[in-house]
Amino acid sequence: MSTAVENLPAGVEFEALDRSLESQMVLSMGPQHPSTHGVLRLDLRLDGELIVKAIPDIGYLHTGMEKLFEYKKYQQGIVITDRMDYLNPLGNNLAYVMAGEKLLQLEIPERAQVIRVLFCELQRIASHLVWLGTHALDIGAMSVFFFCFRQREKILNLIEAASGGRMTPSYFRIGGLMMDLPAGFDRRCKQFLDDFPEALNTFDTLVTGNTLWQSRTMGIGVISAEDAINWGLTGPCLRGSGVNIDVRRTNPYCSYETYDFDVPVETGGDVWSRFKVRMREMVESHKICRQALERLKPGPIKADAPKVVLPDRDDMRKHMDSLIHHFLIVAEGFNVPPGEVYMPIEASKGELGVYMRSNGGPKPDRVHFRGPSFVNLQALPVMSEGEMVADVVAIIGSLDIVLGEIDR
Amino acid sequence: MAETTALLQFADKLKAKNAAWVTDVIDALGEVSIVVPREAIVDVCVELKDEHQFDLLADLCGADRGPEEDPRFVVNYHLFSTKHYGRLRLKVRVSEDDAKIHTVSHIWRTADWHERETYDLFGVVFENHPDLRRILLPSDFDGHALRKDYPLRGYEPYSMN
Repeated sequence: MSTAVENLPAGVEFEALDRSLESQMVLSMGPQHPSTHGVLRLDLRLDGELIVKAIPDIGYLHTGMEKLFEYKKYQQGIVITDRMDYLNPLGNNLAYVMAGEKLLQLEIPERAQVIRVLFCELQRIASHLVWLGTHALDIGAMSVFFFCFRQREKILNLIEAASGGRMTPSYFRIGGLMMDLPAGFDRRCKQFLDDFPEALNTFDTLVTGNTLWQSRTMGIGVISAEDAINWGLTGPCLRGSGVNIDVRRTNPYCSYETYDFDVPVETGGDVWSRFKVRMREMVESHKICRQALERLKPGPIKADAPKVVLPDRDDMRKHMDSLIHHFLIVAEGFNVPPGEVYMPIEASKGELGVYMRSNGGPKPDRVHFRGPSFVNLQALPVMSEGEMVADVVAIIGSLDIVLGEIDR
Repeated sequence: MAETTALLQFADKLKAKNAAWVTDVIDALGEVSIVVPREAIVDVCVELKDEHQFDLLADLCGADRGPEEDPRFVVNYHLFSTKHYGRLRLKVRVSEDDAKIHTVSHIWRTADWHERETYDLFGVVFENHPDLRRILLPSDFDGHALRKDYPLRGYEPYSMN
C-alpha cells in the first residue's frame, strides 16, 4: 500500500491514502434474514456501518400467479388472490371481485357491501397488528408481538366464523358473498370492538411513548412528498410523507363515502411518521367497523344475477332453473363481456389495483395485480442510503411489505 | 357519467396540442383509455404530468393479445393525479418483431420496476431504461412466462444451479 502512495505526485497522497483506507464492503442481507419479512435479499454496499447503496433483489417467491389466473375461471381466481398479500387476503378478494363485477356491471346489495366494508376494516386492523408486532420485534421490542397477535387472533376467529378460513378466507364472491354471517356474529364482533380500544392503549403505552422506540424511528428513512409521489408510494407510506391520498376518499367504492372517518396524515416522512399513520389508522378502522356493524340490516347478500351468482341450496331443491344455473356456473363458469378495467382499492399497505381484461369467455385474458408492497419496496434504496445497517431493518418494517404480493 | 366527461377533456386537450399523439380514445365502463402511438409515449407522458397534474404512475403492465394478433403486445399505463384524483389509462401497442418502447422511468421513477417486470414476463424492451434486467424470474430463465404461447408448466423442470 505504501509504495502506491509514494509513487503519486505530491498533494494527491492524502486522497490516495483515503482510498486505501476505504472499507467498502458488500453485504448480502437475506433471503433468509428474519427481518426481511419473507424472502427478500438486499445487496448492501457498506462504508463501515453506513449504507452507500442498497439494491433489493426479489423474485424468490415468484409462483406465476398472474399466469395461473388465465387458466382458471373467474370464481376460481379468488382462491389465488388469498395467497398474494396473505396478511390482507380479504382486501385482495375485494379488489379482484370488484374488478369482475365492474366488467359484468353487477349491482351489489346493501348488506353485502356493508359486510365487505366491515371485514376489510377488520382485516386492515389485523394486518396492521402483524406489522406492529413484527416491526417492534425487528427493532428489539419482543413483547409487543405477543400483545398484537393476541388481538389479531380474535379478528381471525371472527373471519373464521364467517368464512371458515383464517388466513385464506375467499369470502367475497363475484356478485356478493360466499354466505351470510353466522348467528350471533354481531355479538361477537361487538365484543371485540368494545375490547379493542383498551388494547390500542396498551400498544401506545408499550411503544409510542418509549424513548428507545422514538430514537430508533425518528428522522430515519426520510422520504419527501415529491419523492414519495415520484416513486409511486401509496397508502400509509405516502400519507406519512404528508400527502393526503386515500383511495377510499379519492375513488370511493363500497359506499365508503358515506362512512365517517378521518384519513391520518403525518408530515415527517420518516419511520416514525409511517408508524404514527398506521397506529391512527387502526383507530379509524375501528370507527368504520362500528358504523358498519350498526348499518347491518337483514337483506340479500348476493346480486340478482342467476347466471353469475351461485343459487341458494334451498332454491336448488325446489327450482329446476336454479339447479341448471348451479350446474353451468360450476362446470363451465360464466361468460364475462369483453372489456378491461382497473380497479383500485385502499388495501392495508396502499393502493391495490387489479387490471382485468376479458375476451368474453369464462376465463380472464389477463389479470395484473398492482401490489402496494411491490411499489413501496422500490423506494427502499432512496430511504436507506446514508443510514446505518441497523436502520435498514427499521425502514423495511416501516414499509410493511409482504413478499407474497411482491413476487406473486 | 360526469366522471368520464372530465377525463375525456384530457384526451381532447392532447389531440388539440398534437393530433399525432392520440390514435384512439376508448370510453368504456367508466374508464377512459387513450391509445398512443409508440413514438409519442414520452411526449404524452411529459405533457400529462407537467400540464395536467398526472403526477403518480399507479401502474404499468403489459398484456399479450395472442401470437396471431398484430400488434401483439399492449402496454398499459395507469395514471393517477394526486391533485384532481383523475385516473387515465394510456395504451401503447407494439408488434412482436419490434417490441420496443421508450422508457418512462425518467418521468416517474416508479416505472423502473414495472418496466423490468413487463420486460421479464413479456419480453417488451424498454429503451434507455437504466437497468433493464429480469426482476421476478432468474436471470438465466428461458423465454417470457406471461406470453400466451408459453406453456403454463414451462418447457422443462427448471433447476437453480
